Amino acid sequence: MSAELRNLYQEVIVDHSRRPRNFGPLPEASQQAEGFNPLSGDQLVLYLQVADGIIREARFEGTGCAISTASASLMTEALKDCPTADAEALFASFHAMLAGERQATDRPLGKLEVLAGVREFPSRIKCATLAWHTLLAALHHENQPVRTE
Amino acid sequence: MLNTANELKSLQAVAPALDVERLRRDFPILRRRIDGQPLVYLDNAATSQKPQVVIDAESHYYAHCNANIHRGVHHLSQEATEAYEAARDRVRDFIHAPDREEIVLTHGTTESINLVASSYGQGLQAGDEILVTEMEHHSNIVPWQLLGQRRGTVLRVAPINDAGELDIERFAALLNRRTRLVAISHMSNALGSINPLATLIELAHRAGAVILVDGAQAVAHLPVDVTALDCDFYAFSGHKLYGPTGTGVLYGRRALLEAMPPYQGGGDMIRQVSFAGSSWNDLPYKFEAGTPNIAGGIGLGAAIDYVRKIGLPAIAAHEADLLADATAQALAFPGLRLIGTARDKGAILSFTLDGIHPHDVGTILDTRGIAVRTGHHCAMPVMEHFAVPATVRASFALYNTRPEVDALFRGLRQVQEVFA
Repeated sequence: MSAELRNLYQEVIVDHSRRPRNFGPLPEASQQAEGFNPLSGDQLVLYLQVADGIIREARFEGTGCAISTASASLMTEALKDCPTADAEALFASFHAMLAGERQATDRPLGKLEVLAGVREFPSRIKCATLAWHTLLAALHHENQPVRTE
Repeated sequence: MLNTANELKSLQAVAPALDVERLRRDFPILRRRIDGQPLVYLDNAATSQKPQVVIDAESHYYAHCNANIHRGVHHLSQEATEAYEAARDRVRDFIHAPDREEIVLTHGTTESINLVASSYGQGLQAGDEILVTEMEHHSNIVPWQLLGQRRGTVLRVAPINDAGELDIERFAALLNRRTRLVAISHMSNALGSINPLATLIELAHRAGAVILVDGAQAVAHLPVDVTALDCDFYAFSGHKLYGPTGTGVLYGRRALLEAMPPYQGGGDMIRQVSFAGSSWNDLPYKFEAGTPNIAGGIGLGAAIDYVRKIGLPAIAAHEADLLADATAQALAFPGLRLIGTARDKGAILSFTLDGIHPHDVGTILDTRGIAVRTGHHCAMPVMEHFAVPATVRASFALYNTRPEVDALFRGLRQVQEVFA
């Protein structure tokens, strides 16, 4: 197996795709958004419970490839108790990591670093960012489903 | 015309075996390596690779006789016109159409279908019905939906069974006196199913409907005879037939084409233009506004020559052998679900692996130089029928080999190891 491939499908990613964390509905959600990637058929609904500018809970449902499922799972973990402004900054850093444009001032990404290998597979970057685009829509209360293609 | 699978099989039985190793040398791209590994190209249902003769025909036109057609008195224009019109004759002969005037050259199957929807559709009224099937490609669904928005026509859908075969009884039951047009694929791009056209065409005609056949997938795999089929329209693309992209064909029965209004307005499609009104050119030029893809058309002619020299029965026999081998390996592969198990089937293997998304399968195969298609294959209703978001599709062409089929399944074993 090539090093790039081993790096893409790391144990953490395979594990989160098989057993996604924070998977399921969130009846107390204060906002939600839908994401859809028509090319791969990936779709997810992201639920957020936001109070006093802080994301108290983030959960998601849907179907998708290993990369989009693991990315959504890892994202919901990272968002718990995260101020909404920080969540947007986190997405900016995450995006910069995938685009290979990270700056020293970017936020540390912690566990999300395992998705850095996606950078070597340009056709899969939209899989990794689907949940994040959906997050922005949920934060901004946009009702149109988000599409990445 | 080969109306039944049995007739095709008996032809295949006498067809000479292909010298695939020699034929592979006709396709320069097959010498490519992907990440150091030989390319295994199994995405032929999306587009096939091009033999050197097709590439040469296009570049010869540009290097030696590039000029616009049909309107120049100069030498180059006449050469270009002759070469382009010779391609039309090759198409006519290839699909056994009665007249060259019935061969409209387009940019692809999609444009051919849109032409019929737009032009023939102008004669349809609110409440008139168009019958399609559940296995159609989006390009044989959406033009009819757009027509419905413009004219108030109603779209009816004949269902498929769980093998991916058209339910002929339901198809027949949906035909009625309001049915004006039936639009059906010859061979499904997502499932490989081959439709029993002779039966369907007879049923459609008995109901008083005209029938359009989407032959995009079929023409590279099955001999097509539009006269014997007695279909009214037959649409296909050049690029799945080893020809250039941006080339396509619409065969239309002369009486229908003559009665139909132009599709697009512009140069070449007119006889006379004045501000008081214009009149239209003869067939097929009435439907060919603007400068066409001249190089592409010439390349398509070369592709047809190439395919006919090898012979479709021999190609079909080779592909049937690959499909049988791939199907046997697929059935023995743990966790693999075949999508599309029609009795009469072309060289397409669509499947899913338990618990692994097709996109992940595609990415891992790609790192081994194996090109397959993953996704909904522009046939979302088919995905819905089988309750899958997407499938992996391996599709074969004349240059594929059994060792390539083996490479596919070795790759799939690695996919399962990654997700073990």
